[in-house]
Amino acid sequence: MTKHVKLPVTDGAPVFFLTEEEDAHGHHETGTMLGFWIYLMSDCLIFASLFAVHAVVGGSYAGGPAPVDLFDLDLVLVSTAALLISSITYGFAVIAMQQGNQRGTLAWLAATGVFGIVFIGMSLYEFLHLIHIGATPQVSAFLSSFFTLVGTHALHVTFGVIWLGVLLVQISQRGIGEANQRRVMCLSMFWHFLDLVWIVVFSFVYLIGVL
Amino acid sequence: MQRVKALPLLLVLAMSPLLAGCQWVIMAPAGDIAVQQRDLILVATGLMLLIIVPVMVLTVLFAWKYRQSNRKADYDPDFHHSTKLEIAIWGAPVAIILVLGTITWIATHRLDPYAPLARIDAARPLAADVEPLRVEVVSLDWKWLFIYPQYGIATINELAAPVDRPIAFRITSSNLMNSFFVPALAGQIYAMAGMQTQLHAVVNEAGVFDGFSANYTGHGFSYMRFKFHGLSQDGFEAWVAKARASDDALTRAVYLDVERPSEADPVRYFSSVDAGLFLRIVNMCVPEGKACLRDIMRSDENRISGLGRMGNPAALASARLEKALAGDTLCTPQSPQGTGPATLAGLPAVGGAPYGVRIFSE
Amino acid sequence: MALDGNLQQLVFGRLTFEAIPIHEPILVGTFAVVALIGVAVLAAITRYRLWGYLWNEWFTSVDHKKIGIMYIILALVMFLRGLADALMLRLHQAMASGGGEGYLTPHHYDQIFTAHGVIMIFFVAMPLVTGLMNYVMPLQIGARDVAFPFLNNFSFWMTTSGAVLVMMSLFVGEFAQTGWLAYPPLSGIDASPWVGVDYYLWSLQIAGVGTTLSGINLIVTIVKMRCPGMTYMRMPVFTWTSLCTNILIVATFPVLTAVLALLALDRYVGTHFFTNDGGGNPMMYVNLIWIWGHPEVYILVLPAFGIFSEVVSTFSGKRLFGYKSMVYATAAIMILSYLVWLHHFFTMGSGATVNTFFGITTMIISIPTGAKIFNWLFTMYRGRIRFDVPMMWTVGFMLTFVIGGMTGVLLAVPPADFVLHNSLFLVAHFHNTIIGGVVFGLFAGIVYWFPKAFGFKADPFWGKVSFWCWQIGFWVAFMPIYILGLMGITRRISQFEDTSLNIFFVTAALGALLILFGTLAFVAQFAVGYLRRKQPAYADATGDPWNGRTLEWAVSSPPPAYNFAFTPVVHDLDAWWDMKERGYARPLTGFRPVHMPHYTGTGIILSALSLVLGFALIWHIWWLSAMSFAAIIVAAIAHTFNYDRDYYIPAGEVAATEAARTQLLAGKVAS
Repeated sequence: MTKHVKLPVTDGAPVFFLTEEEDAHGHHETGTMLGFWIYLMSDCLIFASLFAVHAVVGGSYAGGPAPVDLFDLDLVLVSTAALLISSITYGFAVIAMQQGNQRGTLAWLAATGVFGIVFIGMSLYEFLHLIHIGATPQVSAFLSSFFTLVGTHALHVTFGVIWLGVLLVQISQRGIGEANQRRVMCLSMFWHFLDLVWIVVFSFVYLIGVL
Repeated sequence: MQRVKALPLLLVLAMSPLLAGCQWVIMAPAGDIAVQQRDLILVATGLMLLIIVPVMVLTVLFAWKYRQSNRKADYDPDFHHSTKLEIAIWGAPVAIILVLGTITWIATHRLDPYAPLARIDAARPLAADVEPLRVEVVSLDWKWLFIYPQYGIATINELAAPVDRPIAFRITSSNLMNSFFVPALAGQIYAMAGMQTQLHAVVNEAGVFDGFSANYTGHGFSYMRFKFHGLSQDGFEAWVAKARASDDALTRAVYLDVERPSEADPVRYFSSVDAGLFLRIVNMCVPEGKACLRDIMRSDENRISGLGRMGNPAALASARLEKALAGDTLCTPQSPQGTGPATLAGLPAVGGAPYGVRIFSE
Repeated sequence: MALDGNLQQLVFGRLTFEAIPIHEPILVGTFAVVALIGVAVLAAITRYRLWGYLWNEWFTSVDHKKIGIMYIILALVMFLRGLADALMLRLHQAMASGGGEGYLTPHHYDQIFTAHGVIMIFFVAMPLVTGLMNYVMPLQIGARDVAFPFLNNFSFWMTTSGAVLVMMSLFVGEFAQTGWLAYPPLSGIDASPWVGVDYYLWSLQIAGVGTTLSGINLIVTIVKMRCPGMTYMRMPVFTWTSLCTNILIVATFPVLTAVLALLALDRYVGTHFFTNDGGGNPMMYVNLIWIWGHPEVYILVLPAFGIFSEVVSTFSGKRLFGYKSMVYATAAIMILSYLVWLHHFFTMGSGATVNTFFGITTMIISIPTGAKIFNWLFTMYRGRIRFDVPMMWTVGFMLTFVIGGMTGVLLAVPPADFVLHNSLFLVAHFHNTIIGGVVFGLFAGIVYWFPKAFGFKADPFWGKVSFWCWQIGFWVAFMPIYILGLMGITRRISQFEDTSLNIFFVTAALGALLILFGTLAFVAQFAVGYLRRKQPAYADATGDPWNGRTLEWAVSSPPPAYNFAFTPVVHDLDAWWDMKERGYARPLTGFRPVHMPHYTGTGIILSALSLVLGFALIWHIWWLSAMSFAAIIVAAIAHTFNYDRDYYIPAGEVAATEAARTQLLAGKVAS
């Protein structure tokens, strides 16, 4: 706000207040994006802590299974692809929204949700499978850390999908007005952020774990 | 108003007779390491007082001089910047910290608890052939176990050492995180389960001193105290003989009994100790059949690819069973460890691991 | 029978009648007193029909000023609890060092010192800091509210839910017996099997959500909502310290959230993060918690530094000396505070080089801190110092805090720390900095801004009594604690062999009593001020009772809901001083409608549900956990369907409010 406003100085006499208010919504618009971005950075620190923990105990198998015993990279590759594609479809949703195309926005958002659900489903399958073969979080610090890190990410995606669902309803009810556009942009940041985190999880936990 | 503003100063002054009269153990210790730590406290305090005292004096002075009722004092509401003054107010603390930082660097390395001693006290260097007294310290819930590997004895809640002989402590814990502290002797160091920490110290005066855990560990913490006896060489030998005369032997089974939580335990002596007991405690494998940390960590590190086992729970389970059975291999002679400078009598040496590293992953 | 047992467990989890400590006379007595006071307050509210007023005007308020006041009230109430804990500890130690065993069992004693630490840091210092920032900062930057008013209300209620959970542990179950940072393995499920640590975990997690969100909110407010002309280098120092504190909050509380979540997983799921076995590593917890814990110290003290800067400049009648270096010092402290965490555990056996690194980084923090002290000092130099109560707290701080700083640097020298760590010397040190720095600062701030919030001054006599009781009481209470530390006495100990220590503990207890009187006098100054609020010496008709320098003094006391009828324009540091100097004329016409957010009850509802969730998790009442969690999600979603969040105060109403102030000001001139 500071930067946009010219100081109204009139002929030497200082002006100490604005008589003409600019649009009162103006600062909230940008404020929300900045606030949400700061929230994402704080969330990023939660992940950073979990990564740090994984770096410390990721090699503590306590006599239990190691990544090479457990991970099926093919499966992970598919779920990674699902998540990456969902980021692209979200991008298309934003483009459609900016073009004022409500149906397109809804369709692309729904596609994003489907890929998100696929990703969650595969994570869930992986967890259940690991638990079934006895590789539970209680076995070793490595498994504790693995389940927590991947689980936290999956939980975030789950919330993202719920949010997406709510947004679908709200857009179909009220169209792509100012408030809904802001929400779509926030969720967009959230979604891409989760994608980035997943890329780090994939390389740091799965790839390095197996190699 | 001014009178009480000088209160902290007055209090310090009022305490100086107290300072002289009381035996404050941190300020009047009995071991060379603790003496050097005390000296460091005094030097650092003196250095900081160089800046603290002028600040306090100026605060009182300015508060008094520029009080509103004193119309004679200058009033300069626009005095809010002076480059010279700013350089001084940043420069003075920087100078002090430069000096103190240098002292800290030197002292921290010289007084590293992991470093063997170089001297007995300020006047006497350590002869090359002196064998330090080795003591293995285990913090239990809530009591202290001291093992003397060179003498084959152990005690509960009593520690003794001959005057002027360096002591090399190896410290661990059975469970909770304690801190081994004999203020008269040297600074404290944490005792942690599955870990080994070290402390080197020497006592220069005969006497009985307090020792305790300095890190809070719950219900029985307040009673987790012991006496440290600084003894003459003869006195120490007599003390060892007393321990040897005990009927109790510290076997693995007895240890497991002793390890159970108890409070305010009396002093107890053991005339013999099972070989390698301390190493087993550090490795958390005193109970029969329990895998030792060292072996678990070695197997973790030398992980062979298990691809293909996924989806085959039976193979995974049997592999885990094998590992558990193979776990009890601690005291085999082909132990790859031994990088440490000294070898404990009859035991494979365990080098002191730096902070943050489990002892066998060096 | 077995079926009954199972059914009971299904419905109530681990909660049984045995969880109510009816066998502890102290607790029963406390409960009786608390219950009586509670019933009396509730009855009074009902009798005077205040429920509607409280709900409509306060609980659901999104006005940053009201939320700020509620934060401070919460903090002061919790302060009484924390102080009661302190007095109980002092009494016990005085008795136990005199040859007896004291009157508290270890189980009880250990809970009290843990609760004392947790409450004082999380539920006294934090809400005080947040409350003052909330109240003052938007006014200082010429804004009408914070960036996210609803979030502000929600943050407050989450903090309150955490506090309520801590208070519940007093009468239902137990609190943690682990010390305020709950190091494992002691806080693990084996050593602490019952509900104490779980109360600790969930109360901090719930309050932590509030703290983090409030941090985000205030950062965005400062970055986006400064009035025209207020560049970063024209922001008041309190706003600067608020900015740095909130950055620290946002950048460290997530670490606390993560580490407490991992400890909760260890306890609830049986994972092996911080256990001795299974490859866990308790040292990891100690590192992570201090990565949050050390910046936390600066989260508390930076706003106090900001308050001192405002107070010393106002009451010296001078612009702050070295504003720029003050700002740089604040930023330097903010960054450096991340690089020192290991000094809390030099004794863990890190190498000498690692210890030296963290020792020296710690000392480096004392450089900007020292520069700040000098800046305050030279602000007083050639000033006209008025010794009103806030200024007395400030001078008291300068004399007290330097000693705490000195002992702090001493503790940063690793070999010295080896003999002082975990001792009562350490306890005296951090009370020296937290009382001498944070408490004195926040008290100065409360007294300083009190007339702004309520329109009348607190009583100076009782204010001075409070100051002297605290100042003297502090030294009487903590000088003996320093000495006991040098005598090699450990913290958190409840039994003493050596009766020669008795005199020190008794002296310390007397000091604590003085502090109690100081606290009562602190409350009394507001009560007396209230009774005399109509007298000219107390009433603040001008809105500028101290001849202030920053924008909050430009508006009436208390300020109108919209703060500024017209957004101010700033030309200089100390904007209000500049306006007064250059003959600012208050606008009397041309008012326009003011855009404002609606009040909402969603924040209090979500927080109440979180409280239920926390309680259910602590007692393993799984059905209730699931239901309250689902209810939180549903309530949050429902809230997003409310698009009608703001309204306009009509121009006529603004004009009427401003006209009333014009009359007030004129009346002041006439008399």
